[in-house]
Amino acid sequence: MVSFIARRILLLIPVVVGLTMLVFAITRLVPGDPARLAAGPNATPAQIEAISRQFGLDRPLPVQYWRYATGLLHGDWGMSIYSRRPVLQDLRDYLPATLELVLAAMALAVVLGIPLGLLAAIYRNRWPDMLTNVVSMGAISMPRFFLGLLFQLGFAMALGWLPLSGRFPLDEDVPPHLTGLLTIDALAAGDLHACWVALQYLALPAIAMSLSPLATIVRMMRASTIEVLQQDYVTTERALGLSQRLILFKYVLKNAISATLTVIGLYFGWLLGGTVLVETVFDWPGIGLYATSAILTQDFMPIVGVTLCIGVLFVVVNLLVDVIYAALNPRVRLK
Amino acid sequence: MSATSSARARAWRRGFYRFRQSLLSVVGLTLVGLLILAALLGPMIVPFPQDLAGTVHTAARFQPPGAAHWFGTNELGQDVFSLVLAGTRISLLSGMAVVAIGAAVGVLVGAIAGFFAGWIDELLMRLVDLVLTVPSLILAMAVAAALGPGIVNMVVAITLSWWPGYARLVRGEVMAKKNEAFVVASIAAGAGVGRLLWRHILPNILSPIIVKMSLDVGFAVLTVASLGFIGIGVRPPTPEWGTLLAVSRGNIPDDWWTAICPGTAIFIAVFAFNLLGDGIRDLLDPRARR
Repeated sequence: MVSFIARRILLLIPVVVGLTMLVFAITRLVPGDPARLAAGPNATPAQIEAISRQFGLDRPLPVQYWRYATGLLHGDWGMSIYSRRPVLQDLRDYLPATLELVLAAMALAVVLGIPLGLLAAIYRNRWPDMLTNVVSMGAISMPRFFLGLLFQLGFAMALGWLPLSGRFPLDEDVPPHLTGLLTIDALAAGDLHACWVALQYLALPAIAMSLSPLATIVRMMRASTIEVLQQDYVTTERALGLSQRLILFKYVLKNAISATLTVIGLYFGWLLGGTVLVETVFDWPGIGLYATSAILTQDFMPIVGVTLCIGVLFVVVNLLVDVIYAALNPRVRLK
Repeated sequence: MSATSSARARAWRRGFYRFRQSLLSVVGLTLVGLLILAALLGPMIVPFPQDLAGTVHTAARFQPPGAAHWFGTNELGQDVFSLVLAGTRISLLSGMAVVAIGAAVGVLVGAIAGFFAGWIDELLMRLVDLVLTVPSLILAMAVAAALGPGIVNMVVAITLSWWPGYARLVRGEVMAKKNEAFVVASIAAGAGVGRLLWRHILPNILSPIIVKMSLDVGFAVLTVASLGFIGIGVRPPTPEWGTLLAVSRGNIPDDWWTAICPGTAIFIAVFAFNLLGDGIRDLLDPRARR
């Protein structure tokens, strides 16, 4: 198992190098002069020229890439024109909020999706299954930003149950910084009230974000459970007179979950992409909102930084999923 | 000849029978038909064509839905129904363009990689892996931000993140097919690579490609709207649904219709294409039918 993990981590290096090349290529897609974008919309020609020299934009492309890549390693991810701070520093401040949101949404999707998919498979082609099918198709088709807006309209504005937007009330003390995840930090500080408040703020964006992966997990789980239920060993277990519950929870669930798990890894990427939309709707101060405000102010380096950051996160999460998959399924690590 | 054609006709009839059996697929097909009709006729039959050009009616701002304005009016006094109806063409056209171009590029890359194998395959597939390391919406966002606003740039940006899925699919299919007897036979008969791929292999791997394309259209429409919502892509007054929603989300709760109508339009379009896509998959891919 250790050598499996070590091999997978080594394989990560070329992927991350490739990722930086991709991001570098995007920065060179800009029509005209990338220096003009780095300098901002109101820069004078002299400023643009200075930046062009400073970033070595007059040098050949491989040299430029080398400078860019070594800069990244030294923590130079460019400057945000809008916040007037290094992009890496901004990302460090905004990332915990995004992680909290994504993890909460993923937890909701997995915790609800696996039992619902199991249920749909057991009641296959009967009404609970059909209902799940239509509802999950609807959930997949629902734009997350529109769903968020409907949630705001219903639960925050009309009913007043939950806060409209933001992450924490401005007039209350934020729990002491530990992980940056407010719910966890509040719990660590023993402040149950702050944890409850943070959860209230987290609820609507997390639910809005979780619905589409939830629906996908339900559908995957249903399909893989049906497949497992048709295996010979399940028939044998039935013939041996094992109880339905024992068969489901001891034998079927484990096999069906491992097929669903890979999809969960893929959907983590989909969630990371979705943060851009949901954070914009709920003014959630994460890297997604950071990116969309950068778009509005034509601040290019933060967009590039967010792309790189999300790419790296996605790669790391897929590595974690592979490791969990291998732990669940010994056949994988023996390959 | 006539025996095969009548067998084929029978298979088609059976397929359509199965398709009709599934209520959801029929609902999807009907909705997609209506959407295409709206996309074709929309800009010509809107009740207030001058609003599409950005005309402002200050006196008619924020009128709730009623007989004159079915979906009410927005902050500029424009008829929301006209904007949403006209937006159908933009959303459908850009969504379909993304899938069509993405599939064309992906099929080409996948076919070359699968057929020639070796270092070409290795190179192309590493490129595919690379593009897939960034979630598609984020990649499209970054590229669109770099290229600047405009429908064409938006379609290009989304397509850049869209082709790898097809390349992977087609590569696998081509590799599976290229050693089959009919391909070996046509190589022996002296068929060139282009002819071989186009006339012999491609027709035999068409159905998984069609299935993927039909499942993808809804998602492409959704991605277009998402980029519009975060402020990349088309600019007002072009009535793109996501952009309309982004502009009017500040109007809720009082003038909710300005946001709810374009939002619902996105949902219905994506839902319709997804239902239809599911139906087509069940029809063409017997393994998926359960």
